[in-house]
Amino acid sequence: MVSVEDYGEFETEWCPGCGNFMILKAVKRALAELGKSPDEVLLTSGIGQSSKLPHYLKCNVFNGLHGRSLPPAIGAKVANHELTVLAVTGDGDCYGEGGNHFLHNVRRNPNITLIVHDNQIYGLTKGQASPTSELGMKTKVQTHGVFNTPLNPLSLAISLDCSFVSRGFAGDVAHLTELIKKAIQHKGFSLVDVLQPCISFNKLNTFSWYSERVYKMEEGDHSPDDRIKAFERSMEWGERIPLGVFYVNEKPTFEDHLDVLKSGTLVGNKSDPQKVDELLDRFI
Amino acid sequence: MSTDLVIKVGGAAGQGLQTIGVALAKTFKKSGFNVFATQFYLSRVRGGHNTFQVRVSDEPIRAMPEKVDILIALDEESIEEQIEEMTDGVIIFDNEVIKVNDVKEPFFHVPMLKIAKDVCGNKIYSNSVASGAALGLMCFEFDYLAKVLTEAFKKKGDEIVDNNIKAARAGYDYAKKNFPSDCKFSVSEPSDKDGRMLIAGNDAVGLGALAAGVQFLAAYPMTPSTGVMTYVAANADDFNVVVEQAEDEIAALNMVLGASFAGARAMTTTSGGGFCLMSEALGLSGITETPAVIFLSQRPGPATGLPTMTEQGDLQFVLTAAQGEFPRCVLAPGTPDDCFYMTAEAFNIADKYQIPVFIMSDQYLADSLFTCQRFDPSKVKVERYLMSDEELADTDEYKRYEITPTGVSPRAIPGQAGKVVVADSDEHNEYGHIDQTIENRILMNEKRMKKLDLLREDMEPPHQYGPKDARITLVGWGSTYGPLMEVVNILISEGHSVNHLHFTHVFPLPLEATKNILGNSETIVCVENNATGQFAKLLEYETDLHVSENVLRSDGKPYSPESIIRSMREKGLI
Repeated sequence: MVSVEDYGEFETEWCPGCGNFMILKAVKRALAELGKSPDEVLLTSGIGQSSKLPHYLKCNVFNGLHGRSLPPAIGAKVANHELTVLAVTGDGDCYGEGGNHFLHNVRRNPNITLIVHDNQIYGLTKGQASPTSELGMKTKVQTHGVFNTPLNPLSLAISLDCSFVSRGFAGDVAHLTELIKKAIQHKGFSLVDVLQPCISFNKLNTFSWYSERVYKMEEGDHSPDDRIKAFERSMEWGERIPLGVFYVNEKPTFEDHLDVLKSGTLVGNKSDPQKVDELLDRFI
Repeated sequence: MSTDLVIKVGGAAGQGLQTIGVALAKTFKKSGFNVFATQFYLSRVRGGHNTFQVRVSDEPIRAMPEKVDILIALDEESIEEQIEEMTDGVIIFDNEVIKVNDVKEPFFHVPMLKIAKDVCGNKIYSNSVASGAALGLMCFEFDYLAKVLTEAFKKKGDEIVDNNIKAARAGYDYAKKNFPSDCKFSVSEPSDKDGRMLIAGNDAVGLGALAAGVQFLAAYPMTPSTGVMTYVAANADDFNVVVEQAEDEIAALNMVLGASFAGARAMTTTSGGGFCLMSEALGLSGITETPAVIFLSQRPGPATGLPTMTEQGDLQFVLTAAQGEFPRCVLAPGTPDDCFYMTAEAFNIADKYQIPVFIMSDQYLADSLFTCQRFDPSKVKVERYLMSDEELADTDEYKRYEITPTGVSPRAIPGQAGKVVVADSDEHNEYGHIDQTIENRILMNEKRMKKLDLLREDMEPPHQYGPKDARITLVGWGSTYGPLMEVVNILISEGHSVNHLHFTHVFPLPLEATKNILGNSETIVCVENNATGQFAKLLEYETDLHVSENVLRSDGKPYSPESIIRSMREKGLI
């Protein structure tokens, strides 16, 4: 049996009261409840306060470059598809700096889970707008307020036919834990966008701002296999903000297309380099 | 040299000049001659003026001289470009395609379209007529071409094979019968000693990667590196390799690092512009000590530059790319043999020192065809330098960045023996977790940089050619090997005192060997395909040697032996 304790306790560099603590708790619980032991799990991350999360639990970690949590995750997953791979990132990291990787890995559909700490602000660089910042939000850089249309990660993912699209809230650890479990269990690229208050820099989207608006989509209220309805639901933002699984489309994963992985992992699969000798005949 | 002929095919992209050129190159190779072939092409799929040049000799050759003996002109531009330089050669052309008013020497009209239509009922065979005609002028044994055409077209069925041979034979006979001076370009009796290969640099790199057991290749297509990616992709299923076309070069190298971290042998292929995007991930390889092999085929920059031409302009960039300091290794093959064996070596170095290793090629080496001895895959050793499960099980808590006397930490992979592996792009402690204390920084930076000293001892000394105590030493690296060898041969035959020192292990330089060999040289001349003498700077910086003169070229074209000798004369060196 795996328990949350197996994932350890670490000292963090986060501000007291930060939503990151709740997300960390949910990630640890989800992994333990799924019976994943730390050595079976790889967390990749980019740069930002969110991306420090992998340092605060015991597991395999590749903490890479800003915006680049996804490419190493894909590389590692292909090398050893038996690993449970989670890419942990933030709204600036994933939707800004790493936007291209987000788009193309939705298309690639590797069996990995992407957790985005979406606090609608840049935290580590001290309070500039992120791609999901609200229109009009004033910062030290966006002195006239944000006027770039906010990026809607869920609508974007659904438009690209992402195979699992969900939203959680750092203020509801139990619900978020279940979402992350579903995302990990889903075979394919699974997005968990997590609304998260930044207590230091985002004075607009506060804990109470989110709490007053979020609600859980119930079964019967929304069926995630309807792409158009999922798209409509993903655009609901303002007075009421839905949480839960928006869209699911089971389809072959990136790894499913790689015949070489059918006989075992790539790292465990030794080919015979001497076979090169046969290829040389073609140059004679 | 009793035989030394250059046959040039010129035409627009899509006209099939490569088919003709490759058929001729294979024919000469099959008959026992040495062959060297180069391509000049523009960045477009159709049209434009391209050339394919084949040199045939009974001496080993790895350079293209400036003369042309037989020009097969498929378009008018080929003639305009070459006519001034045709001294004793002949231009094969079809008057139905290109209008030439006064058909006299050096022009020789071969009705290629008509022959193809008459003999095979289809003008598409006119390229085989052209190949045959060139061989007819040389009174070359026809059977070799018949064998080459059979091999080339057998997948398309007997009818296509027969038609190609018939067309070639008709061209051959036409030339033999109608050319005014009999067998003007006749070559000495071929020795028929085959078993050698005819191979391009890019294919040799691909083969080297497969021999090294590459498991993952992620790249973004970019001329002139793409050939390696496509070669590995074509053979991926047979060798258990995953090849992924990344969304951009940033993703490519980051994917490679993820795969490598997880234990796969991984590489990327790119050219200068793509490598610009990779330079951030290069530093990630450096600080996370994740092995990576980067094949970089150079072309003239900056920015898009001349996409299909050649240059050695990226050395200083590669040496300093990415912020901060970390050890890296640069290998620069000069021949297809180097491409094969040194690509395999690059993987072993990357694994041994847990660093990024470059294989620096260029368009000239990547696209040129060389004859060489068959590679010996049994000489390739795959050395992974990974911890065994038993060793790992014995450790209490695995430290990915354990401080050791050599700076190299024992490497385990995620999921191995129930342990966890932590890697970080931040400065980190022995466990791989963020640690920004000064004491830790000093320890870790020293640990990483220390690896460079050990690596330097593994770097092979430069290869010396010609008399040891020559007055002038021509120093080159990478693809200038062939032209410089020939320059030395020519100059020695003219009575000059000159030798050649060729570097394949470019960084870190094998210092002792370099100083020992060059220490007594009176005049060191660096010859490079760039505008600023980038290797010369490295040589002077790393050693206390003085480079007397640079011979440089950065017009997008490779060196001919003649152009190097001209530059040396202009500079008063000879």
